[in-house]
Amino acid sequence: MNVEGVFAQLTAAVVALVLGPLLTGWVNQWRAWLQNRTAPPLTQPFRTLHKLFWKESVMAHEASALYRLAPYVVFSCMLLASMIIPTLSTNLPLAPAADAIALVGLFALARLFISLAAMDVGTAFGSLGARREMLVGFLAEPAFLMVVFTASLITDSTSLATIVSSLSHRSLAILPSLAFAGVAFTMVSLAENARVPVDNPATHLELTMIHEALVLEYSGRHLALLEWAASLKLFAYSCAGLALFFPWGVAEANDRTALALALPVLVAKLAAGGIALAVIETILAKMRIFRVPEFLATAFLLGVLALLVHLLLGA
Amino acid sequence: MSPFAVQLVNLFAAAMLLLAFAMLSQRRILALIHLYALQGLALSASTVTVAWATGQDHLYYSAAITFTLKVLLLPWILHRLIRRLSVKWDVETLINIPTMMLVGIVLVVFSFNLALPISEFSRSIARGTLGIALACVLLSFLMMITRSKAVPQVIGFLSMENGLFFAATSATYGMPMVVELGIALDVLVGMVILGVFLFQIREQFDSLDIHHLEKLKED
Repeated sequence: MNVEGVFAQLTAAVVALVLGPLLTGWVNQWRAWLQNRTAPPLTQPFRTLHKLFWKESVMAHEASALYRLAPYVVFSCMLLASMIIPTLSTNLPLAPAADAIALVGLFALARLFISLAAMDVGTAFGSLGARREMLVGFLAEPAFLMVVFTASLITDSTSLATIVSSLSHRSLAILPSLAFAGVAFTMVSLAENARVPVDNPATHLELTMIHEALVLEYSGRHLALLEWAASLKLFAYSCAGLALFFPWGVAEANDRTALALALPVLVAKLAAGGIALAVIETILAKMRIFRVPEFLATAFLLGVLALLVHLLLGA
Repeated sequence: MSPFAVQLVNLFAAAMLLLAFAMLSQRRILALIHLYALQGLALSASTVTVAWATGQDHLYYSAAITFTLKVLLLPWILHRLIRRLSVKWDVETLINIPTMMLVGIVLVVFSFNLALPISEFSRSIARGTLGIALACVLLSFLMMITRSKAVPQVIGFLSMENGLFFAATSATYGMPMVVELGIALDVLVGMVILGVFLFQIREQFDSLDIHHLEKLKED
């Protein structure tokens, strides 16, 4: 561990905290434009966070300590996840502590806590949301792992920093396995981030919501933390996708100019990814909840095919 | 024998495998025909690539036959057929799609293992794709077994022929021209006969569900 590494790590954390809500705002803006609505300003998520942090947090009388603890756990999980994904630099002191499989575990830990907290108060919507979240989660996780394993097999490592640096250094080749994995990853991230074919992030219609049902009982600073965590999750997934499939432009060890250059590259890639997400969300319709297993089984299938195609063709 | 050509062939092989899975899980007949045409397109593209990389001129003819037959002619016949049978917007209920995909994955693993020792003997540039060709054949078999309507079964049969053709190209740079012409003609004639059968089945049972065929005796 050196000073450069710590500096890169802290920069990554600050960038994640700032760019996360901005990415959410950007996607919302593009969604609005594509649907012929007037868009909210780009900083709307920050305004919402500011408003929520100054509001009183109302708790149910029966709420246990777990309910109080969950927002903090979820928020720190998501922050840690966005810190171990190489967003700006591959020289991260935290990277040896957690590889790609631990990243999946971090997301699972956050899901466990938010689901338990949603069931804690005992309202119908909370447990309904928790069950749906677990259904989506347990189907999405193996697909995500398959994507990670494909990238690991190609680069002979499960460490995210090594994967990114060796993927960005290999000569340009057509890799069908990575193409399959990319599609599978897109489907998994749509499901995990409660995006349109699986869940609508803008709805409060009780019968269809998943993510909103989980955080329905929260208010004030707890809700703010959860909203921020949701933005961070979207940011973390986008950065994981960029790191695996578009790894160019990430700074190497001990190189401050490259670090300064990596930031605009990251912003440009995220902006393009955000527009793509908004287009996906606009052209697709939300599917029935019982079609979701089919959707995620397809993602899993693509992940396994990527693995098999890599083993057979070596590509 | 550039590495780029090998990559292209691998890409088309992967696309064929993906399309085989897509056909396995597709409910709508019209989309099924489009997927079949796409698979034919991937097949002829990969044949052209192999021909270009190895300088085997007769493969160009075979790619041309594949293109006219499987991308243009057969989908057109199928379109006409489903329009005249008025099953264009038919939606078939399938047995649990995730389960079928898992069975499909097992088939792919099986055929990859089966093809590995065989492809050791081949010196063709596309020898790695033999496993994929075998998997396409087995997946089409699975599709024919699990479908209960007649038209998807016919498409499964045609797609199986795609897989066989791909196996021939990838393992031995294609069959002799006479054999290829013969198979192409066979498929065409088979298609026509199956089309007549479909009309007869519907005439007899007022439906294309082949479960009716289980009891042919009148009681």
